[in-house]
Amino acid sequence: MRLLERQCHGLVWLCMAATMTLAVLPQTGWAVDPAVLAAEAKRIGVASRLAPSVVAIFSRGGQGGGSGVLISPDGYALTNFHVTRGAGTFMKCGLNNGQLYDAVIVGIDPTGDVALVKLLGRDDFPHAVLGDSDTLRVGDWTFAMGNPFLLATDFQPTVTYGIVSGVHRYQYPAGTILEYTDCIQVDTSINPGNSGGPLFSAAGQLVGINGRGSFEKRGRVNSGAGYAISINQIKLFMDHLRSGRVVDHATLGATVTTREDGAVVVDGILDDSEAFRRGLREGDEIVSFGKRPVRSVNQFKNILGIYPKGWKLPLVFRRDQSRTETLLRLRGLHRASELAGPSKPKPKPGRPGQPKRPARSKTPVAKPPEKYKHLHIKKSGFANYYFNQQEQNRTLAGMSRLGDFAGASGAWVLAGKTAAGETYQLTVAETGVGLSWKQKAYFQELKSAEPLDEPKGSGGLLYAMHMWRTFLAQRDKGFGEFYYLGSEPLDGVGDRVDVVISELGNVRCRWYFDRKEARLLGFDSQRQEDVDECEVRFSGDNQSSGRHWPRTILVRSAGKVLASFGVESVTIRAETAK
Amino acid sequence: MTNRVLTGLLGLTIACVSFPGDVVGQSPVHSTIQRVQQRMVKVFGAGGIRRLHSYSTGFVVSPAGHVATVWSHVLDTEELTVVLADGRKVTAKVLNAEPQLDLAVLELQAEDLDLPSWNLEAESSDAGPGTRVLGFSNMFRVATGDEMVSVLHGVVAAKAPLATRRGAFETSYEGTAFIVDAVTNNPGAGGGVLTTRGGRLLGMIGKELRNAESNTWVNYAVPIAELKQPIQQIIAGQYKARQRDPEETEAKARFRPLEFGIVLVPDVLFRTPAFIDRVQPGSVAAGVGLRPDDLVLFVNGDLVQSCRVFKQRLGRIKSGGVLKLTVRRGDKLVPVELPVPEKPATPGDNK
Repeated sequence: MRLLERQCHGLVWLCMAATMTLAVLPQTGWAVDPAVLAAEAKRIGVASRLAPSVVAIFSRGGQGGGSGVLISPDGYALTNFHVTRGAGTFMKCGLNNGQLYDAVIVGIDPTGDVALVKLLGRDDFPHAVLGDSDTLRVGDWTFAMGNPFLLATDFQPTVTYGIVSGVHRYQYPAGTILEYTDCIQVDTSINPGNSGGPLFSAAGQLVGINGRGSFEKRGRVNSGAGYAISINQIKLFMDHLRSGRVVDHATLGATVTTREDGAVVVDGILDDSEAFRRGLREGDEIVSFGKRPVRSVNQFKNILGIYPKGWKLPLVFRRDQSRTETLLRLRGLHRASELAGPSKPKPKPGRPGQPKRPARSKTPVAKPPEKYKHLHIKKSGFANYYFNQQEQNRTLAGMSRLGDFAGASGAWVLAGKTAAGETYQLTVAETGVGLSWKQKAYFQELKSAEPLDEPKGSGGLLYAMHMWRTFLAQRDKGFGEFYYLGSEPLDGVGDRVDVVISELGNVRCRWYFDRKEARLLGFDSQRQEDVDECEVRFSGDNQSSGRHWPRTILVRSAGKVLASFGVESVTIRAETAK
Repeated sequence: MTNRVLTGLLGLTIACVSFPGDVVGQSPVHSTIQRVQQRMVKVFGAGGIRRLHSYSTGFVVSPAGHVATVWSHVLDTEELTVVLADGRKVTAKVLNAEPQLDLAVLELQAEDLDLPSWNLEAESSDAGPGTRVLGFSNMFRVATGDEMVSVLHGVVAAKAPLATRRGAFETSYEGTAFIVDAVTNNPGAGGGVLTTRGGRLLGMIGKELRNAESNTWVNYAVPIAELKQPIQQIIAGQYKARQRDPEETEAKARFRPLEFGIVLVPDVLFRTPAFIDRVQPGSVAAGVGLRPDDLVLFVNGDLVQSCRVFKQRLGRIKSGGVLKLTVRRGDKLVPVELPVPEKPATPGDNK
């Protein structure tokens, strides 16, 4: 009886204890569950494995700084544009081995707040592995690493740990051109100095670059809402950044709004935009964009915001019962002057601000290190033209394999049949370009005439052939502007290809190269701004007197195929005045 | 281990206990979050000027479309819009409110909603220090359009009365609250929920709360146990809002100003200065020379910022001693001492 009573007492006491401390860990002698210890050990393991890839960035003068993350053994590192801005072209970067390295700016994306820099002096830098930020789910654990409050005088990064609070967030511009689209929101502590540092998934993959926080009235410290630029967005821009350019984001040339019934509809459109030429009008409902369904204005902005200027994206829109699918090349969001201009943030109250490094005093920018001076070339529109030259050399490396076209003086005469069986003859001479096809003759004079849309609706095939000849024979020497752009999917849906831009007068061409073999796949030639391009695609190999010619030349414009010209013979004829 | 078995035996919800499995990457927390987010709404109303946010959060408490939220300036409008978890926009009206609990219940103006909602009857979880929790809210209005509200993680630091630092914190809620280590109480977060990691409802995230003296902020949630009944009564149309009845508070208090012959000015502001309006002739106060328009500054050496605090201080003084007041009269500070009558202790006043 007595015993029972004591047991009852014990049970009651335990019941009370359990009720009062419902969710407290089981209190069996303070023993920690092995699973907790295992999770802790895993966390520690991941953090220490990642720490060597985290960069503490300082301006060469030593005032202020931020964070970054290495992404390749040869020293490419990502950070925020707002960290590198004002830090000059050369910076100092500390790694957790206690070493300080010189680094040079490569490319910048002022709109997306991303910058690519290159650490120098090693080709075996520890680096992070890029993950897939679209697989992140709300509730997933993340690590933020970096140098908040510039605490790490030994460059040992600070690690904070928290969960994903939201995905695909849209953050309005904070008084600048900078906007965060499709970004990751975390409760992982993000503070001033964390800017540009990595956000890692629990498994240790790089999923974002930390750059902003909602601060408002609590001072510039973490208040539970930090934002990271998704690594998937940065992947789309990566080759653009490697080009050494000041890269731009995109616009459709149309604005959208939400209708009463929740549909997202066009409420304004530029009539010189490609979207307009493909039939998009005010009031049309946007069904999907970039293969993602559009259910809100922010979703539309999120989709648009992650792509570089010039990409082609599929757009599906609806008017009454009719549904239209089209592929559109996105226009630039800004003018060159806007991108180059000062974009000092003037944070509006109530909008997230950047966790910027502490203010720097106005000391002159330190001189670049003598040893690395040659790694920076100044040019308008570029953060560092040196890297563009490197990428041009890489991309054009395969061109010499095609043969000596510079020596092919005289008229190039290509003849054969189209896929439809019509015979044709194309003559590309230095003074003009002629085509006889389907019992008609077309001619583009080159000495004085403007580029024409000949044949009509081709986007200017004849002038495009002139551009082709110029490119083959003279390469960059034949054009006013000539640079490596970056990479994009061929025709919006194909494999990623390297893109080189040439400009001559108003005519702008995009040259596409296979990334494995540096093979010329084709080009788009645009006679002037805001008209449909002539799209030329090469395939096959046709050797003729030591030169490689394509076997077929496919020509398209405005989404329609003009013809596929089979090349059966190529002759180089001494040019005769016509 | 024994405890865990016992927990099961007692029929307590397993989800309330933070299991180690919860710590590692793959866990039921994702489905918990999804389930809770389905029951959250975003409230848009008045504000938008002078850094006053015009948005807050709410949680659905009936399938027919009742939403519990924080009582704030946001609701002070005819055009209240609620954005449901699925992105639908619905207008709403305030059904009733309980300012003392910072609680309001909205009624969505739409038919046949059949929304995923919290079944308050089934929510009876409690938590103490160390409980791992999730906070759900539309803080900073990050989630616009049809986006889901933000989720934070944290730990309950304490379950304690909020009112222990009266005067320092500007809050109307004075009951027990969950204090958490996460920054849950951000602009617009009020009306959000605090849950266990298993998704049991613990409380409603309160307003932003700043300590006026130290400029620090407290993150807290009002326990659902406090809100459950009022919410249910409001929905049933049986609720009578509790008045902040001075008589009621004073009844519990040991002494009232009137017992000394002091009549204060009407307490109309949040912090009405403790001016004496009238002094009853022949009273103790009259005896020591207190006059109308004297401003009471100190009670037994403690600073008194308002009528309310003065009344609270009087309520706590010991019977049979001396009450020392310092009042400001014109430019002068005047100290007075009043004898306190003997009074037997009443139950419930010995906090």
